[in-house]
Amino acid sequence: MTDFTPLAGAAGGLLIGLSAVILLGGLGRIAGVSGIFRALITGQAGVALSWQALFLLGLLLGPLLAMLLGGFDPASIAFPGNPVTTVLGGLLVGAGTALGAGCTSGHGICGLARLSARSITATITFMVVAIVTVYVLRHVAGA
Amino acid sequence: MQRLVALLAGLLFGAGLALSGMLNPMKVQNFLDLFGAWDPTLLVVMAAGLAVTFIGYRFVLSGARPLYAESFALPPTQPIDARLIVGALLFGIGWGLTGFCPGPAVASLVFGLWPSVLFVLAMMAGMLAVHVLTRRGGEAAPGMADG
Repeated sequence: MTDFTPLAGAAGGLLIGLSAVILLGGLGRIAGVSGIFRALITGQAGVALSWQALFLLGLLLGPLLAMLLGGFDPASIAFPGNPVTTVLGGLLVGAGTALGAGCTSGHGICGLARLSARSITATITFMVVAIVTVYVLRHVAGA
Repeated sequence: MQRLVALLAGLLFGAGLALSGMLNPMKVQNFLDLFGAWDPTLLVVMAAGLAVTFIGYRFVLSGARPLYAESFALPPTQPIDARLIVGALLFGIGWGLTGFCPGPAVASLVFGLWPSVLFVLAMMAGMLAVHVLTRRGGEAAPGMADG
């Protein structure tokens, strides 16, 4: 069980939205983490101090900042599943975001705001599939 | 200045993920468990984020160009194809299995927990596999401005 935390959720969501607006207004870029990460590991981001590298550096430091300010406790992190589901899930997320050109942030936060038909289709598809997956995992397979 | 903007955007994104509880894969998987231990928090996070981008994007795009770049690098309008659907399907299964998507997985690396490391290594392998296979097939790589 995890508690429904709407206030913290709304505050965090506002920060994520603000981040996406700053990135578009400042650099003209979409805040899609899978695309940014993919550009780095496939060498398409170019120089070591590319905007993608600095965004990822910030992404790593952000949770530390939230922790220092008392807004986050790392001990709250709990992982469902086991090493096998973790590796399988990672492979699927990596391949899926590379094929579908996006994830929750790129399609779900940025693409939906632009009313992109591709992002709306992708978001509905991965949401429904993930809900079915968890249903099978928890209520059919009984994990 | 460009680097400072990118760093600031990353910081806000990471802090937002942490504050909202989305770094916790159990909380995300509970959101997906509509018929069990449902925790609707992710819906609130997404709605709040979208409210800001929905208004903010319109304001930003009404300008001629970004503050520190020549032009907006928006993904080109493309038809909905099988590749998008298959990608979203695979991503949805992986997301459901683990409760992890790329943003929280990468951000949580900072705490050095082994499932985060394992997940991100596997995710890199999946991305590189698609990169190599689609390149061999002569298919155009997806645009870099995507999610």
